[in-house]
Amino acid sequence: MNLCFQKSRIRHFIWVLWVISICSSCGANGQPGGDASADNGNTVKIVSSFPLTGSDVGQDQTIVNGIKQALSEANYTACSGKLKIDYQSLDDATAASGKWDPAQETANANKAVAEKNVVAYIGTFNSGAAKLSIPILNQANIFMVSPANTYPGLTKAVKGSTAPNEPNVYYPNGKRNYARVVATDDLQGKLAANWAKLLGVKKVYILDDQELYGKGIADIFEEDSKKLGIQVLGHEGIDPKAADYKALMTKIKALNPDLIYFGGITANNAGQLVKDMRSVGMAPDQVKFMGPDGIFDQAFADAAGPAGNGAYATFLGLPPKELTGAGQKWYKSYKSTYHSEPEPYASYGYESAEVVINAINKVCKNDRDALREAAMNTKDLKGLSGTFSFDKNGDTTLAIGSGNEVKNGKWTFVKMLKF
Amino acid sequence: MKRWQKIFLFLALAYSVLLLGPIAGLDIPRITRDVVSHPETLVQQLLIGLINGAIIAIIALGYTLVYGIIELINFAHGDLYMLGAFTSLTALGAFGVDGSATFQASILPIFLTLILATTICAGLNVLTERFAYRPLRNAPRLAPLISAIGVSFIFQNIGLFWGGLRAFLPVMGNNAAAPKDFPDLLPHINILKSLGIQSNINFTTKELIVLVAALALMVGLQLFVQYTRPGKAMRAVAQNRDAARIMGINVDQIIALTFLIGGGLAGTAGLLIGLYNNTIVFTMGFTAGLRAFTAAVLGGIGNIIGAMLGGVLIGLISALSDQYLSSRWTNAWIFAVLVVILVFRPGGLLGENVQEKV
Repeated sequence: MNLCFQKSRIRHFIWVLWVISICSSCGANGQPGGDASADNGNTVKIVSSFPLTGSDVGQDQTIVNGIKQALSEANYTACSGKLKIDYQSLDDATAASGKWDPAQETANANKAVAEKNVVAYIGTFNSGAAKLSIPILNQANIFMVSPANTYPGLTKAVKGSTAPNEPNVYYPNGKRNYARVVATDDLQGKLAANWAKLLGVKKVYILDDQELYGKGIADIFEEDSKKLGIQVLGHEGIDPKAADYKALMTKIKALNPDLIYFGGITANNAGQLVKDMRSVGMAPDQVKFMGPDGIFDQAFADAAGPAGNGAYATFLGLPPKELTGAGQKWYKSYKSTYHSEPEPYASYGYESAEVVINAINKVCKNDRDALREAAMNTKDLKGLSGTFSFDKNGDTTLAIGSGNEVKNGKWTFVKMLKF
Repeated sequence: MKRWQKIFLFLALAYSVLLLGPIAGLDIPRITRDVVSHPETLVQQLLIGLINGAIIAIIALGYTLVYGIIELINFAHGDLYMLGAFTSLTALGAFGVDGSATFQASILPIFLTLILATTICAGLNVLTERFAYRPLRNAPRLAPLISAIGVSFIFQNIGLFWGGLRAFLPVMGNNAAAPKDFPDLLPHINILKSLGIQSNINFTTKELIVLVAALALMVGLQLFVQYTRPGKAMRAVAQNRDAARIMGINVDQIIALTFLIGGGLAGTAGLLIGLYNNTIVFTMGFTAGLRAFTAAVLGGIGNIIGAMLGGVLIGLISALSDQYLSSRWTNAWIFAVLVVILVFRPGGLLGENVQEKV
């Protein structure tokens, strides 16, 4: 066994080396002209950090596309051409883990701090990653905006689901530097519980992937389900790397639930879970499967195969296709630019970049603290699904959700859900 | 270990189990009640554990064979198994078989896929031995181990690359790293029901086929090693390489043969897991390898029967833990059992062979 532990340590070390080499090479071919004008005050730089390796990559690539779209609409300039905006996309995942990696996210945040021109940091996809980068950026007064972090504890204290020292532990210098354009999980858990009630669910079994995002959302779902009178038969964590869950599903089947709720993400074996649920004999018309937006991507539908049909997911916001007005215009422009369907978070990537560009336009100079101040006080910005502001915690004031279902191997919009 | 040390260790273990047990769901009255009131569930879980254990055992055999003969922990073995699963998925796709195919129509493609996956993995393992391990055979023992880790990386990246070939292989889906859907081809006929027995136990032909295939492989391997000339030569090389050489055994060839068999087993296991679980992913080799390696150590690494026993034991523990304890703690229970067994039998359950050598 000793050898085995040595192996994983060595493995880690080699990966870190590998990632460093990759990052230095992608740094070299970032935005053209970025380094040449690095030292004059006329250039500000935005970096983003998303997992661009692993099964979340489809989702994240479209977020990056959304950011680029917003920037190119502004011609990569601000203050009527006085300031140039550079953009660089960093990867916080490693191939070894297949998803975001703590060492990599920390390295990305430190890189942003070290580069003088960096004034804003768009990211992260995973709330666990944001826990690491917010304090690093906070001490350098860099504004961070996330299109996807839904864990409430990053900005506010929610009874029963956040730690006692949250959120202050993330802001060592006392000033808030973090905002998000998505609504938080406490709202999503509520949304899911409301929807379950509407679907006629009476008994639910809850599973989570033992990660910050998944467990957080599952806890809130549990609390809200109980409030709505849904009986909670049990709540367990799964081993996200297990080969199968037939034993677990056999146990759950014996309890006769109407719904299995999974708090987690596609990369943590959501597909296998729904497959094994069906294979031990829980038919879709008897036992429903529901998850949060972490499984609301094509990778889930692909991985689950035919067993995935009938699976439900909630999503905070509307799918790109269902957007109206400004959102519909954006959707068309996205499709014509990138020749592909935007994944759900793409619009939030776009809005995150809009928040930053809007703040740069107010400040008009390369000043991290002033920009942070301006961005945190974003008021009545026209977004893609409506006008929004940030409250004192940095959370968006706009909250709509949608319920979706897998039909014939594709996620399809079912209905709009309200809080 | 001295007697008092053993007693002390036992007391420490008993104490920690009693202390941590309830947190991890060890509530004996409740478990007893559950078992008595629903004995069918117990049988069902034992079946699930047995099948999962059998698949783990096949992979564990690859570790134990190689360790038995050259004392190398071949870390690349788990990833080879992953490549076996990818080969199977690709081959089935190439034969035009997808989830909608009937079993009758897919028997021949499955058979051809089996041959293909076995051959490719066996060949790959032999090549790996030739180029990554043989040059290091007389080097310090850490050198081939590091080499094995390197091969494991290479295999994993091949898997990642392979999974991204959606332009050529539509079965791979849209996303390189995401889990792939493996067609569900084996028939689901409930055996007990068709025999006229009314029960809630779900034991279908799918499970039976996987179980029979795994058992046949294990029995075949044991017979091969015990009763054939090459098998005897393998045991001779394992016992003493130099003496075997003096007796006229071509040691290089026998070692290559061992890798050939190990690779073939990995390829077969890859196909079996694909057909049984219906999901494959490029990181599956690492997890499966860890469990299989644990199984090999549990049973006594280097011992073939031991690896089978270890695999089945791990499968059973994890199924029972998922049912009666808590799935959150399943891995902890597996390793707790491993620790307890290694404390009292450092060579593993059937580990005499290794101790003899050391």
